[in-house]
Amino acid sequence: MKTDIILAGVGGQGILSIAAVIGLAAVKEDLYIKQSEIHGMSQQGGEVYSHLRLSDRPIHSDMIPLGQGDLILAVEPLESLRYLPYLKKEGWLVTNTSPYENIDNYPDPAQLFEEIRKLPHHLLVDAAALAREAGSARAANMVMLGAAEPFIQVSDDHLIAAIQELFARKGEKVVETNIEAFKAGKAEAEKER
Amino acid sequence: MEEKLFLLGDEAVAQAALDAGVSGCYAYPGTPSTEIMEYVQASRQAAGSGVVREWSANEKTAMEAALGMSYAGRRAMVCMKHVGLNVAADTFMNAAITGVNGGLVVVVADDPSMHSSQNEQDSRYYGHFAQIPVLEPSDQQEAYNMVREAFDLSERYGVPVLLRLVTRLSHSRTGVRRQPPREQNPLRLPSDPKQFVLLPSIARRRYRQLLADRPKFMEESEREDGHNSYTRHEGARRGILACGLAYNYLMENFPGGVPYHVLKVSFYPLPDKLIRQLFADSDEIIVLEEGYPFAEELLLGVPPRTEPVIRGRLDGTLPRDGELDPWLVGRALGLGLEDPEETPGLAVPRPPSFCPGCGHIDVYKALNVAMEKYGTGRVFSDIGCYTMGALPPYNAINSCVDMGASITMAVGAADAGLVPSVAVIGDSTFTHSGMTGLLDAVNKKSPVTIIISDNDVTAMTGGQKPAGLGKIEQICLGVGVEKEHLHTIVPLRKHHEENVKIMEEELAYEGVSVIVARRECVRVVAARKKNKKR
Repeated sequence: MKTDIILAGVGGQGILSIAAVIGLAAVKEDLYIKQSEIHGMSQQGGEVYSHLRLSDRPIHSDMIPLGQGDLILAVEPLESLRYLPYLKKEGWLVTNTSPYENIDNYPDPAQLFEEIRKLPHHLLVDAAALAREAGSARAANMVMLGAAEPFIQVSDDHLIAAIQELFARKGEKVVETNIEAFKAGKAEAEKER
Repeated sequence: MEEKLFLLGDEAVAQAALDAGVSGCYAYPGTPSTEIMEYVQASRQAAGSGVVREWSANEKTAMEAALGMSYAGRRAMVCMKHVGLNVAADTFMNAAITGVNGGLVVVVADDPSMHSSQNEQDSRYYGHFAQIPVLEPSDQQEAYNMVREAFDLSERYGVPVLLRLVTRLSHSRTGVRRQPPREQNPLRLPSDPKQFVLLPSIARRRYRQLLADRPKFMEESEREDGHNSYTRHEGARRGILACGLAYNYLMENFPGGVPYHVLKVSFYPLPDKLIRQLFADSDEIIVLEEGYPFAEELLLGVPPRTEPVIRGRLDGTLPRDGELDPWLVGRALGLGLEDPEETPGLAVPRPPSFCPGCGHIDVYKALNVAMEKYGTGRVFSDIGCYTMGALPPYNAINSCVDMGASITMAVGAADAGLVPSVAVIGDSTFTHSGMTGLLDAVNKKSPVTIIISDNDVTAMTGGQKPAGLGKIEQICLGVGVEKEHLHTIVPLRKHHEENVKIMEEELAYEGVSVIVARRECVRVVAARKKNKKR
């Protein structure tokens, strides 16, 4: 078993929280894991990505080899396309549909969706709406984690336990909202597939 | 069972130092090394055992303090990014001559591909230059293990030891097994009271000692249970020399085992004996290394050897610049990998930009207006978030070279006749290496206007406490800036007119002016509000 995930989004969207939840859950399952992040110039509003590798055998490279990723999980549609070179042909692209438009030449979102729909396996999720329903627009990242759940071979129980652990210091309410968001994303993915 | 933690490479180094009985960590923040000190600062273990762990003003002061702690018999670690070692190079080179008392480990994180740096220099050359042992881990567990070994080597041979990291190792998280912690060293003066006095007569003796120890470093390099290991593959004609992280990219391509002879290198000087064996067994050798073609050049020699054939970054088998990755390595080995898909043109870059509401924005808006009558091409700047002033829509600065260069380059340009010349520098960069240049400017009454864009924090690397917090004006006055040409302004839209006017007046003054534009980093303000709510 091996799952290679490229997480993508914009600085401030909670990409590294998604990585942390999957990482914690994978540790609970006693899987090998490597999670590579980019720090530094990625200030608020810049490109952020992380390579997350899970396996039941030791993992060598910290980076996912080009063309071998199983899943691109993106919290922003333009960012979902940026890392396509890493996705294998039969891989899945799962992305939030809300554009984060902080550049003048941001393309027409309709064109982005058209490009995404060219891929054999894709899933577009309105994470913002689902997050609001769950109680907070800020939980869009956990909606996306939920939407990707069917592709990640880590159990729900461990993912939820990891969400609890990660958000515990922010209080009961935040934990609940994030779990709700996770569940909403998962339900959406199961409906769409 | 040993405790297993989920750590960044940087954090593994920090935890290892604490477990190895370090007494002091010294550093100046710099990507990708910053998280080492941040981990030590946040560690309860460090607090409980009284480990010294404050940021230093720059990498040189950090390394000097570390050397002082080593002098006193205790273990010290100093951490920086690759270009930081240029700043600390004077201490570094001479510490190889003084030698150490307590173990001294110098951790340097290189940034191949320049993810957040102005060059991709390879710190192994510095280790070679100083003629001290260099350790280069291939993964986070090795990084953890090597820190303790580096302290042991340092104390065994009485030399500083360099640990070289690279971005992808520093910033990747994985499970790391801990070793039982050990005690710190007691305070103990060097047995030779003259050891650290590098008067020529003593320095000559110390240098000869270092040279005499070099065969011992080679023995370490060639040790059977050491970090360099040679695996023969019966019948193969190709050999691979894989250094540090590059070893992982090799292994990634051969899950069932590598069908070539492999020399894994994680300790320098390079192991003569093992390389001789590799040469004897191979017609062709491919050198895989992150950074410059350091090992490749040494293997090639002068004139470049042709038998066995040496391949790598120099003959185009691998790119000459930039970091490696599994695909590049696989292609170099002729594995017939398909070209990757291209990123669709729609995915336009999203360059880094100022956070909304950032004070630097208001500084550049005012400065651009004040500079209108002089034209463009006169503003020297420096390293920090404010370097983004080079990008549209501001296009406000004309240089970013090294920490502190803005002030001194402005002085030089003014010397050449470019009057007025302007420097824009951050508060942390100013105390790092800007204030000595300010003294030069004051001494020659240089017609320069210096804007210290002060956000009360070292922002670029994530918000560390700057050395000059609350002291900037005092420093400027102390250095000799005239009171009437030292201003403090608040970079806010509502003060725009007033700020432009002050800048215009000082630009017209043919002497040194300093304008401190102070407004706290918006991210620090936001973080504080968030913490209060909790």
